[in-house]
Amino acid sequence: MLAREVVEELVQVLGRENVLTEQEDLLTYAYDATAALKHQKPDVVVSPISTEQVAEVVKIAQRHQVPIYPRGSGTNLSGGTVPIQGGIVLSMLNLNKILEFDQDNLTATVQPGVIIQTLNDEAAKHGLIYPPDPGTVTTATMGGSVSECSGGLRGLKYGVTKHYIMGLTIVLANGKVIRWGGKTVKNVTGYDLVALFTGAEGTLGIITEMIVKLIPAPETRKSVLGVFDNLDKAGNAIAAIIRNKIIPATLEIMDNVTIQTVEHFVHAGLPLTAEAVLLCEVDGYKEVVERESVLVERILKEEGAVEVKVAKNDQERDLLWLARRSALPALAQKRPTTVLEDATVPRSKIPEMLKIVRKVADKYNLQIATFGHAGDGNLHPTILTDVRDEDEMKRVHLAVDEIFHGAIALGGTLSGEHGIGVAKMDFLSLEFGEAGVEALKALKEALDPNYMLNPGKIVRRD
Amino acid sequence: MSVYDSLDSINEELHKCMKCGNCQAVCPIYKETRQEVGVARGKISLAEFILSGEAEMTEGMAERFSLCTTCMACNQNCPCGVRFDKIILAARAEAVRKKGLHPVKKIAFTALKMQRLFDFGMKTGSVFQGVALKHLPHKSDRLARMRFDIGIGTEKVFPMLAKRPLRSELPEVVKVKNPKMRVAFFTGCMINYFYTDIGKAVVEVLTENNIEVVIPRGQGCCGIPASVNGDTVSARALARRNLRAFERLGADALVVACSSGGTAWKHVFMELLENDPEFSALAKKWSEKSYDISEFLIHKVPFKKEGLGRVDRKVTYHDPCHLNRGQGINKEPREILKSIPGVELIEMKEPGRCCGMAGSFSLVHPDLSVKISDRKIADISQTQTNTVATGCPACRLQLQSGVENAGIQEQVMHTVQILAESYRAGKKGSK
Ligand SMILES: Cc1cc2nc3c(=O)[nH]c(=O)nc-3n(C[C@H](O)[C@H](O)[C@H](O)COP(=O)(O)OP(=O)(O)OC[C@H]3O[C@@H](n4cnc5c(N)ncnc54)[C@H](O)[C@@H]3O)c2cc1C
Ligand code: SF4
Ligand code: SF4
Ligand code: SF4
Repeated sequence: MLAREVVEELVQVLGRENVLTEQEDLLTYAYDATAALKHQKPDVVVSPISTEQVAEVVKIAQRHQVPIYPRGSGTNLSGGTVPIQGGIVLSMLNLNKILEFDQDNLTATVQPGVIIQTLNDEAAKHGLIYPPDPGTVTTATMGGSVSECSGGLRGLKYGVTKHYIMGLTIVLANGKVIRWGGKTVKNVTGYDLVALFTGAEGTLGIITEMIVKLIPAPETRKSVLGVFDNLDKAGNAIAAIIRNKIIPATLEIMDNVTIQTVEHFVHAGLPLTAEAVLLCEVDGYKEVVERESVLVERILKEEGAVEVKVAKNDQERDLLWLARRSALPALAQKRPTTVLEDATVPRSKIPEMLKIVRKVADKYNLQIATFGHAGDGNLHPTILTDVRDEDEMKRVHLAVDEIFHGAIALGGTLSGEHGIGVAKMDFLSLEFGEAGVEALKALKEALDPNYMLNPGKIVRRD
Repeated sequence: MSVYDSLDSINEELHKCMKCGNCQAVCPIYKETRQEVGVARGKISLAEFILSGEAEMTEGMAERFSLCTTCMACNQNCPCGVRFDKIILAARAEAVRKKGLHPVKKIAFTALKMQRLFDFGMKTGSVFQGVALKHLPHKSDRLARMRFDIGIGTEKVFPMLAKRPLRSELPEVVKVKNPKMRVAFFTGCMINYFYTDIGKAVVEVLTENNIEVVIPRGQGCCGIPASVNGDTVSARALARRNLRAFERLGADALVVACSSGGTAWKHVFMELLENDPEFSALAKKWSEKSYDISEFLIHKVPFKKEGLGRVDRKVTYHDPCHLNRGQGINKEPREILKSIPGVELIEMKEPGRCCGMAGSFSLVHPDLSVKISDRKIADISQTQTNTVATGCPACRLQLQSGVENAGIQEQVMHTVQILAESYRAGKKGSK
């Protein structure tokens, strides 16, 4: 339980209406989008409206040794926002202003509570885009997505969040405020703290402002669908496209289980017997798009696709992408609990990874559908289950374990874009050994010696 | 087991929610408050905690469950197909069972006060109006603002009470020569007391199409304000009363011009009376022949196009939540509007976003309701139209209040009024 004076001090800084203490409100901050994770309610939820207020909150927390859990929209999939040790949940949603659009430098300066889509809508008015587009663009905050270094559908060509973050304002664990980076393309002054704080999941500091890079919107785009009766052929096709020096904006894969589920859901004309479909979109100048789409079509055929479809108009394109976007929703409706993993491998290893997942599904008698960003090597094996079934959940955990081991053995990583949080903390040494875990710990303790910021995530305190 | 009788009935519905947070993108309440308890995911979690025994149904809980306009936007945006409309009904009914009518009591009480004011006003006519409501000058509608606060704030603009309620003004059966059909009209309270002009337009359009209209005197409120706030007992009584009244007079079909009334006849009566041996079959029978007026005029008896006169209006259409998402009716009103000569339909941004009225929601949370409405009014004013059409008297009230307070010259009407206007213009033209 939190001392009464802590709440009083918080109220003094933030005002009564920005400090929630009633159980009925606190309970709604006990979870995020992570499946099958123990929930824990905080002692208090605060919503600051300025960097100064955030700094004050951190100082109060330091004085009383209360943990702080920063939170955006709470859509992360690794338990990043669950206040596992109670304390303060710091909701960033009222810091929600776009502060500046700089068309000469192609940057925007935004507060962390801005929703990604809001930034995109604003950018579109200037003919620009902010490319990182996780499945949650319409809900996730900029602060949350920077802290998770979110990816999305366009990662292959445009990269992920970290490629678009140029400067940050950060409140450190000691309550001091630093600004790092800026609008310059080049900047080697000091260590690259902007890179460090991007993807730090709120464990090193609290982001209160960011300068992001924008790029011109592509003129046009074209989508091609390739149907395969064999996983290896699909895998080879992915490699062949890249080998031919085409970098599609998006290159997605869906396996047979996903195809069957999606087709029943949206009737996009996907062949039910296919082992895999590849969905590819090229974008850019009209002439380039024309040339590349013809090439992609040819390569898919050469690599043995049993069927290749080029979307002839917007309706056809939308239908194809509707099918892809419906993958998760369609799967989610099959069983009450959806465990979404994001182990990632070099893209040449996609067929092998898919086979590992198949094997694991058979071994543990689980329903696993796989879809994902094939071009990035970022797969989303999705386990369809029910948390109420204890026996099945045991098998789910074993399966997840084996999928992680498989990905790392192929030279991959535990998480491509969903983060470590609490969910994957125990697997870190698998990827970079005890020495690696120690290095992480040293960094954490240098910046947050008392484990005040999002404690219990990424780094475990001994 | 129905959602009105037990919280357990929504167990499976709750388990479908994967906590993805997608509902945040569309929830009008969350947009304003940015607090998790405002969005479906938050209230779903609270219901889960209550069911698992980790939390109790406190008065504070009941208050949190009142934070919802029941606009169903989250239903539509939910990847898992969670029927949040059912969850909120069950949670509110549970709140009433456990905590009595509080804080819903507040709503019921206000509504009661309103009801007495209505009846009083009906008797004393314009004298009452002068005392309670300050008349406001407006283009076409008789508008007023509350002079004193009866618990709903003095900001809301109200239409003046009709001189006579619709149902005592019109005969119980409106006959036509050689009728091709006999249709029963469920007026609902708002059309009966305030917007009799909508009711008259419905009758006018139906008779124009050679249809005999029955308006059973014994009908009452649809009971949605009661059921949606957990007062299942009153809702059941009203459902039975209405079914009796309509069964007594009989008809080939039933039409409504009010979105909640439609929901009531099509779904809610059936759900409420599911285990009622006497009424369940009756509820089902009437459910099958219930239509929203625009649905009826497009699908059941296509309205006649000859005789439509010119109506010069630039119109934008607001989709009532319970007509659009609740009954899947959004093309029909637009089709009617587009077929009227002279009408230019200009869509607003997000025509399907909730107007914030939500029946008694606007009484319990007036500030939030106004904030939600402000967004809507801003979208409307951008269309540069002179008329807002909609399909529900409750939305009309909210929109009218909004445009009035914002000082924009925009007339708010029911779609069927514009159609009636067109038939009238047609007759004038041919004379
Ligand atoms: C259906 C679904 C689809 C998804 N698809 C994708 C996808 O395609 N790609 C992808 O990468 N992710 C995806 N995600 C994961 C998630 O949406 C992203 O990680 C998202 O960017 C998180 O944003 P948020 O605002 O919800 O952050 P939150 O979940 O609130 O927070 C995430 C982390 O950031 C920290 N944090 C938040 N704000 C700050 C701040 N201002 N300063 C410091 N730390 C902060 C939190 O403590 C937490 O550790 C998906 C999730 C779901 C449910
Ligand atoms: S969108 Fe549906 S599944 Fe997702 S959190 Fe909201 S109610 Fe739950
Ligand atoms: S019904 Fe509307 S107001 Fe209620 S939670 Fe869903 S989106 Fe929000
Ligand atoms: S919805 Fe409102 S206006 Fe319509 S009948 Fe019910 S209470 Fe009356």
